[in-house]
Amino acid sequence: MYGRKVKLRFLFIVIVLITLILTVFLILKSLEENVVYFQSPSEINLSAELNKKKIRIGGMVKKDSISVNANEINFIITDFKNEINVTYAGAIPNLFEEEKGVVAEGILKDRNFFSATKILAKHDENYMPPEVKAALEEK
Amino acid sequence: MLYSTIGYYSLILGLGVSLLIIFFSVKNFQNSKTISVNILSFTFLQFFLVVVSFLSLIISFVLSDFSNETVFNNSHTTKPFFYKIAGTWGNHEGSLLLWLLVLTLFIFIFILKTKNQPIKYKLLTLIFQQIIIIGFFLFLIETSNPFNYLFPIPVEGLGLNPILQDPALAIHPPILYLGYVGSSIIFSSALAATSLNLVSKKWASHIKKWILASWVFLTLGILLGSIWAYYELGWGGFWFWDPVENVSLMPWLALTTLLHCILVLERKSILSSWVIILSIATFTLSMCGTFLVRSGILNSVHTFANDPERGLFILIFLFILIFISLFIFFFFNKNEEKISHSFFWLSKETSILINNWFMMYFLSVVLIGTVYPIFLDVITSEKISVGPPFYNKLLVPFLIPFLLMMAIGPRLKWIKSQLEDKIYLIILLIISILLAYLILKNFSQNILINTVLISSAFYLFFISLRDFFVDKLKNISQNIAHFGFSIFILSILFNNLFSSEIITNLKVGETFENSETKIVFESVNQKQETNYKSIIANFNIQNSNGEIDKFSPELRIYNQPIIVTSEADIKTTLMEDRFIVINLVQNQNFFNVRYQVKPFMLWIWLSVILISIGGLLSFLKKRS
Repeated sequence: MYGRKVKLRFLFIVIVLITLILTVFLILKSLEENVVYFQSPSEINLSAELNKKKIRIGGMVKKDSISVNANEINFIITDFKNEINVTYAGAIPNLFEEEKGVVAEGILKDRNFFSATKILAKHDENYMPPEVKAALEEK
Repeated sequence: MLYSTIGYYSLILGLGVSLLIIFFSVKNFQNSKTISVNILSFTFLQFFLVVVSFLSLIISFVLSDFSNETVFNNSHTTKPFFYKIAGTWGNHEGSLLLWLLVLTLFIFIFILKTKNQPIKYKLLTLIFQQIIIIGFFLFLIETSNPFNYLFPIPVEGLGLNPILQDPALAIHPPILYLGYVGSSIIFSSALAATSLNLVSKKWASHIKKWILASWVFLTLGILLGSIWAYYELGWGGFWFWDPVENVSLMPWLALTTLLHCILVLERKSILSSWVIILSIATFTLSMCGTFLVRSGILNSVHTFANDPERGLFILIFLFILIFISLFIFFFFNKNEEKISHSFFWLSKETSILINNWFMMYFLSVVLIGTVYPIFLDVITSEKISVGPPFYNKLLVPFLIPFLLMMAIGPRLKWIKSQLEDKIYLIILLIISILLAYLILKNFSQNILINTVLISSAFYLFFISLRDFFVDKLKNISQNIAHFGFSIFILSILFNNLFSSEIITNLKVGETFENSETKIVFESVNQKQETNYKSIIANFNIQNSNGEIDKFSPELRIYNQPIIVTSEADIKTTLMEDRFIVINLVQNQNFFNVRYQVKPFMLWIWLSVILISIGGLLSFLKKRS
């Protein structure tokens, strides 16, 4: 009924559509798997279930809470309502200081302990991560 | 004071000249035998006015004229002379003035250098370009005037963020902007050509030069930013999938696709709509980049300016441009079905098309990864971030067919082709796989995917190397660029696989030791410079061969603004970089030490330079 050319073109369009759908599906799927959520200590305190996936926690480094040994750095992240103990083995950024904003990435051990794999660097002394700012404004 | 006034009024005059240029262009358009001298001189006048404005800003910076708000916010009397000048474009207002400067320079060059093209086309390009220029003039004058007065005049400025006080970062913005702004010429010219129905081989070979030039600048600009991030931020990597990096990568991907497409258009007059779409996309992505970085929406290392008004302005401007371009595209673009060029499935056209599809895929992955968190935040106010695993998972597997296509594609002929020298191709493939296997055989992690990846990169490497000797100078620019890309991918892969890292906290006099490396923290001394105080730590590091090297990474405490930065100590050799960076932990005697051995770092930079040389050669090549 239809010519060979039309059939070929139809086939081509179908293939392109299928590829497109697959691509979108693939991207969304891995987006879901690889997204890192941001939470404040209070949100963790309130959450019913502990998230076993990698998350980010933001807040202030509590005063006099940093302690260091050869392998680890321990400190407390607070949003002035709740706090969480962080254990970290790794490199710290320049602006990691007490009473300054911080974002730590890692896995929750329980509601009070967080094992960080990364501390995020910010490059301005006045700069506060928007997430932290939002978390602090809520208090 | 004086210079601010000169600079400000030059800008206002420049805006006025824009209107004059449009007026004369429209008048000239009806009677288009020659371009009127008025237009040429006004275009030059506009460029000159922006130069004057830019120079007055530089002079204000050099003289530390703190009556100027921009200078006050970003400079300081103790800042070294070089960074007083570089500080001019190290901030929001100055960098936009630089954008404008390049915009006016490029359109002047365009009008002067474009020959053998219809006058109407030149005039229309000029008009479109002036619309963009007017947008930038208004943006500068309304929301980010670099010449705001401050009264009473402060005695001292606030200083430039020290991490920006760096030679690589001083030239990074100008080079990057040359690339970004070059894409604006491509955009205007594509719209002009579409409106006049001029999209043809002739137009393609004319705009190709602009595409190549922008592409080379964009590539080098991204490279400089990456080198800077490597040694200055102290994270020891060169690419972090940070939103701001992605934003410069997206126009690059679109521009690279365009670069390949324009070759097809130049030879075969097909894909014309596609070329127009890509031209529009490249510039839109460049503008989006400026919008995302400048509006403070992105949470990133570059977030200096958080002003919603600016974001809104760019957003509206962007929508107007997109609207105009889509309007022109749909109403004027005539698909000339009469000359239908069919081509066989095995041909250069097909391979470039496939390359295009891959590039578009890479582009959409980066776009979604960058934009999705913003949308989610706006819609559900949930804060998320998308990290490197997302990109690695989605991009890396697709590199394999991409590399293979890159190796075979250039060997195909136009319209219809057969694979020649099949035996050669197969032998080289076997050699590549064997080589990759030999290198990785003692390596347990993900051996399959890594072997396949490295094999395909080697394959591209060998084939382009062979073509280089066999075909000599036939297609040297393409050859060098593809060869560079193979080295680029190989270096990144080896760098990822064979890097090692030690992170530990040490006090002065302590030693860290593992089976391969011994790090001795010898001593600490201090040094006072004019604008910072530095703490220098001295390390002796012994590697597995027993060789001992001295490293002295620094901590700098800048006085204005008070910021601590780490200066890494890097020992670069042909085969590997050794990188050490320290940080002082507050209230403790411990230093946080990070020591990394990173193979083939130098080759990552060199290969990108090689890729750009490919582009440069093609730019310089006389059309045969």
